[in-house]
Parts: sequence; C-alpha cells; structure tokens
Amino acid sequence: MLSFATRRFGLSLLILFVAVTVMFLMIRAVPGDPVQIMLGPRATPELQAQLTAALGLDQPIWKQLLIFYGNLLQGDLGTDVFSGRSVTDIVFQQLPFTLELIFASILWSASLGIALGAYAAAHPNTLIDRIAAAISVSFVAAPAFVVALLALLVFAVHLQWFPAIGAGEGFWDRLDHLVLPAFAIGLSWVGYIARLVRASMLEVMGESHVRTARAFGIAERRVVMVYALRIAILPVVTVIGVGMGFLLSSAVFAEIVFARPGLGKLVIDSITTRNYPIVMGSVLISTALFVVSTALADLINALLDPRARTAH
Amino acid sequence: MEKSHSELGQIIVGVARDPLGLMGLIIVGVIVFCAIFAYWIVPYDPIAMDIKSRLQGPSSAHLLGTDQLGRDTFSRVIAGGQVALKVALPAVFGAMAIGLTLGMIAGYGPKWLDNLLMLFFDTIRSFPTVMFALAVVALIGPSLQTVVFVVMATSIPTYGRVARTQTLTLRNSEFILAERSMGASMARILGVHMLPNIIGVLAVLAAMDIPTVIALEAGLSFLGLGVKPPTPSWGALLKDGYSLIRQTPWLVVGGGLPIILATLGFTFLGESLRDVVDPKLRKQR
Repeated sequence: MLSFATRRFGLSLLILFVAVTVMFLMIRAVPGDPVQIMLGPRATPELQAQLTAALGLDQPIWKQLLIFYGNLLQGDLGTDVFSGRSVTDIVFQQLPFTLELIFASILWSASLGIALGAYAAAHPNTLIDRIAAAISVSFVAAPAFVVALLALLVFAVHLQWFPAIGAGEGFWDRLDHLVLPAFAIGLSWVGYIARLVRASMLEVMGESHVRTARAFGIAERRVVMVYALRIAILPVVTVIGVGMGFLLSSAVFAEIVFARPGLGKLVIDSITTRNYPIVMGSVLISTALFVVSTALADLINALLDPRARTAH
Repeated sequence: MEKSHSELGQIIVGVARDPLGLMGLIIVGVIVFCAIFAYWIVPYDPIAMDIKSRLQGPSSAHLLGTDQLGRDTFSRVIAGGQVALKVALPAVFGAMAIGLTLGMIAGYGPKWLDNLLMLFFDTIRSFPTVMFALAVVALIGPSLQTVVFVVMATSIPTYGRVARTQTLTLRNSEFILAERSMGASMARILGVHMLPNIIGVLAVLAAMDIPTVIALEAGLSFLGLGVKPPTPSWGALLKDGYSLIRQTPWLVVGGGLPIILATLGFTFLGESLRDVVDPKLRKQR
C-alpha cells in the first residue's frame, strides 16, 4: 500500500511538473512583447527596460524557468503586473469562494444521487426506477453554464427567489447566494451518481454477505442501508475525485454567470487584461488541485479495494 | 464491404428499436438537417441588423423575437447549429484519429514509448478542460480554429487510452501472433488487423463526446473567447442574452434550449449505440 501511494504521488508530481513547464513555455512563446502590452504604446524605453528586468524577461529561457521553479518552491507565484501584489495572495484569496461552491455542489448532488440510485436499485424495474433512469440520462446532458443561465433567468430575474449577483456576507446570506450556482453545477451530477450507485448497488445486492444478512432475518431496510449501500458508495468517491476537473470547469462558468468572486472570475478578468502572472498562477493552482484530488481518489480506492493497487 | 454494410444496417435498426435511441436519432437528424440546409431555412439573414425592430418578443414575423441589433433570433439559432457542428465534427474526428494512432502505438510499441505516451495523456488530462482552454485562448487569441484545437487537444487522451487498452488485450491474440510470425510490419498489423477491431468502440466514444464539444464551444463563445461576432453561435446568443437578461428572456432561451437539445440527442444516440455495438462497454465505463 505504501509503495503504491509513493508511486501514485510520484506520478502526480511528474505530471504536474510537465504540465507547469509546458504552460510556462507556452506563455513565453506567445508572439508580442508582454512588457509592451502591459505598459501600452506610450511607454518610454527606460520604463520598458525597467519592467523587463523586473519580470526577469532579459534572462535566457532556461534560467527564467529555473527562477520560476525556485520561487514556486518557496510558495511565490510572482507578482501581479498592475497592483504589484503577490499572485499567491490574490489566488488564495479567491480560492475559498470556488471551493465553497464546489463542495456545496458535491454535497447536494451526491446525497440526492445516492438516495435516488439506492432507491432505484432496491426497487428495480418499478415505475420509479424507470423515471429515475430517464431523469438521470436527461440531467447528465445538461451543461452547467446553460443550466446556470436558465436558473438565473427563472429564479433570480423573474421569480426573484434568490439573489443574482455576488457571494453574500454572513452565513445565511452566503448560503442564499450559493443555492442557484450550486444547483446549476450539481444538476448533471445527480443523474450520473444515481446511475453509478444503482449499478454498483445491484451488483453488491447479489453478493454473499448481503445474502447472509438476509438469511439472518435482518430487516430489508437495514440490509439495503447498512450492508449494501456502504460498499456500493465506493465508486462515487473515485468519480468525484476524477470529476474535480469538471467541477472546476463548471465553477468557472457559474462564477461568471452569477458574478461571484472566485478562481474562474479571476482567470477571465486577468485574461482580458493580459495579466499573465495571474492566469499562470490560477491555472497552476487549479491543475494542482485536480491532480491531487485524482491521486487521492485513487488512494482511497486502493485502500478500500486491494485489487486496484496493481491496476495502474 | 458487403458484410460491413449489413452490419451498419443492423446497428441502425438496433438503435431505432430502442425508444431512447430513436429519440436520439430524430433529434440529431433534425439538428444535422437544419445545419446543412440552414441557408434555405432561415427566414432572415442571421447577421443582418434592423435597428427599428430591436428587442422584440416572439411574433409571427420573428418566431423567437429579435436581439439588441434587431437580428432575428430564430435565424441565428438555426445558423448557430451550423457553427456548432463545424466545430464539433472536425474536432471530434481529429481527436479520434490522433488518439487512435497514438493509443495503438502505445499499446503495441515498446514499453518506454508506452510510458512516454501515457505521461503525455495524463499531462493533458491534468489541466481542467476550461482552464486549459482559457489559457490557450489567452495566448493565441479567440477564433474558430482555436476552439477546434483546444477541443481536439483535450479529448485526444480519452481516445488514446481506450485505443491503448483495446490494443493491449488484442496484441497477444492468435490472429495477431499469426500475422507477426509471417513477418507483417507494425503498420500493417495496426492498420489492417487492429483498427477494425477498435474503431467501433471509439465511434461510440465519439458520439458521446460530441455534446461535450458543443457545450465547450458554446461556453467559450459565451465568455467571448470562442467564435467572433457577428458569427451566429449558440454561445454568442447566450452572451447577448446574459447582458440583456432583464430586458428580454428570449435570447437566453433561444441559445440555451438548442444546446440542451443537442446534448440530449447525442447522449441518447451514444448510449443506445453503445448498447448495440458493445454491451460490455457499459460495465467498463
């Protein structure tokens, strides 16, 4: 188990390293002088030279990369071109908003999805099972940002049940602001998780420990809830871990649609102003988040199911 | 050829027998029809402005109303479908072709090459799709080609991994060993013998991938980073609709419903296709 964990995290680090290097080289390969873009056409040559030196752009590319990694290891992602603030500070200031949104989305969609899937598996081929199946296929198909826009239109603009803009202040207000974006992000997951849980439930229900539990005369409700569901839930963990990238992507759109602060809004704003250090920093952090969560999901899976340890 | 013809026929019949599959076929059929014949279907020029009749609601003259420049929303929806398919089809086929080739090489070639290609796949996958897309657009600027490139790059690993797994399971089967013992080249073995056995599974993947691609194109255009105005696109409609959401709901509805419908259609079709082509796949995914 330990050797699996080491190998898995080693691989994650390698992937992250390659990804960041590629990203770095891509940014440097862009045509056009970033200094000129930042300062505008009316900057003096002295000013340009000063900024070029400050950004380290006068060094050869391999040295820039080394310096970048040196700073990165010290938790320094560079400085914002316009405000001069540390990119690390800016990114980590926005990150909690995005994480809050992602967790809220997972929480509601996983609970509803698991309940729906478990119920469908316990009553296979009934009308409710069929309806659940149809709903899950349809929900899977709905892209988060379209749902977000339609939800904004119906529930915020027309019905005015929920606020349309921002993240709110204070616990209840924040919760109120979370409802619509979390709904939009989570909707496609409900169906997906329901289908997953249903399939794995049906498999688990046929296994011997469930049969034994039944033979002992344990109430059906308890058999389903305690003996079957506990095992059937495992694939959901992996799927959520691997789905982190999707969740992040949906969060970007939800943040734009509902004008919420967060990583997504930060990236979009910095792209329009060509603030490359911030773009780089946010993409780096979100990639790291994704790589780590995928690795964690693999580890949890390996911990619970020894067969998965040799699979990779 | 005769045999594969009847096989294709069987697959289509199989899909049409499944109610969800039939629905998928119909929806996809309508979308493809509208996209091909968009020029004859649209009642107005989708980029012609008519300031006098701006921001109207639905009427017999304008089925879905008009936008802030007086352009007919219905015409823009139909023409937008054409743009969506123009991005989705080349991107999906390109990704499939490249992923298939790389995947087969990874599965059949030497171990070091396999490791290298897998690292490549894992690296691409490690960028959250939209973040990757945003970074690329930020660097090389928004255009239709950029969107196609981004979509292709992000979906190559999916095809590559599946093609690799399939190749790995096939490489030690008897008919491949027989070919090899007769001295067939790697290109011949992969192209003539592996390919026909793998392509079906990948075609199913491709059908299920199209909705993701359409959504990504619309998403980027919504952010103003996809196709450029005044090109009609579902995402661009949503972008206009978003900024005018308090004035008129029809732009958001007109841009949003086709995307949902298209994703629904292709998902139904893909699922049904999967069950017909390879029921085993259902468990694997």
